[in-house]
Amino acid sequence: MLGPLDYMLWLVGFLVEIGVLVYLVSRRQVFRNFPIAFYMLCDALVTCGLYYCVQRFGFNSTTYSYFYYYTDSVLNILMFCVIMKFYQETFAEMGVSRHIRGAAVLLIVLTGVFSYAVVHENRTHLATHFVVEMSQNVYFVGVVLTYLLWGAILKLRETRTRLIQLVLALGIYFSANAASYALRNLFPGLEANFLRWIPPLMGLWLPVAWAYTFAHVQEDARLEPARLMVRAR
Amino acid sequence: MIAALICVVSAAIFLQFFVSYCRSILASSKNIALSDRVREVTSIADHEVAADDFNRLLQLVRLCPERGDDQSEIRAVGTYYGLLGVLNRVSRPVSPRVAAWLEQERQSCSYFAAVALDRRISYSRDLFTQQITDRL
Repeated sequence: MLGPLDYMLWLVGFLVEIGVLVYLVSRRQVFRNFPIAFYMLCDALVTCGLYYCVQRFGFNSTTYSYFYYYTDSVLNILMFCVIMKFYQETFAEMGVSRHIRGAAVLLIVLTGVFSYAVVHENRTHLATHFVVEMSQNVYFVGVVLTYLLWGAILKLRETRTRLIQLVLALGIYFSANAASYALRNLFPGLEANFLRWIPPLMGLWLPVAWAYTFAHVQEDARLEPARLMVRAR
Repeated sequence: MIAALICVVSAAIFLQFFVSYCRSILASSKNIALSDRVREVTSIADHEVAADDFNRLLQLVRLCPERGDDQSEIRAVGTYYGLLGVLNRVSRPVSPRVAAWLEQERQSCSYFAAVALDRRISYSRDLFTQQITDRL
């Protein structure tokens, strides 16, 4: 059963997503940040869909569960497009974006095949088990891709503050979700009280952090990334 | 086994991203000099902002009218400061070197709070001046 806090998180998340979209449109930055704008739009639409499913079929219904997990997977794949955009920005001068795109698609396909293989034996709960397993693996692929991107940013001494903060916020989002899904697989009992809050909180975190970055960090702001590393001091 | 590995790796990476994100916010305030006004208000005129000043500075920040655009960063740095405080207490007896680094980080958080206070005081003064001008 959903409480007022769940609805509040949904509402605030939805409003911030729309806010990011409106901001990008009003500043004419949509085409430059198209994957981000498209992701925000889709995420807002999914939030509306989730609300409809809860009202129409109930929170504990199978329809809601399927809608939640499958739209989550689709949103994650859209998020990979956002990561690719960040990779292209980082490697813009090296002209290797085509290879990066190919590698990312291959990684997503491999993740799907691997997840399917892992739960193939559990045929009775194939669909439901598959989505949880798939979510955990897809989030983890996101973690790996973002971490590699962060490594590239440090190595190439990328100094654009906006790009750095967008990538770091994304890294926090993916790693918290991957850890929570993995914990859920390990300790299913933790879900009811603790783990159920992490995906909605992270769903709120990402648009808030990105909204902050777009609104407060100037496009020409520069930052030395080595200063952000603990070992650099 | 795979889930456990994913959990541990993700948690470690989460921590690294979170620390780097907070440091990227702190870095924006590092090069800003504090005004004499805020030094006077906070009685840190003669010495550097201390690591333990953070909560006191944050209370002063809360007393000022909100600018509406710094809440999320103050909250993120507040969480980071809390985390550093816990780690500092744990690491002090074990590793003085780590504790010294944590202390430096906490000091950066306090400096960030002082800069936020400075901005809010300037904002309050602007508001006050605007009100006076409107009345005239």
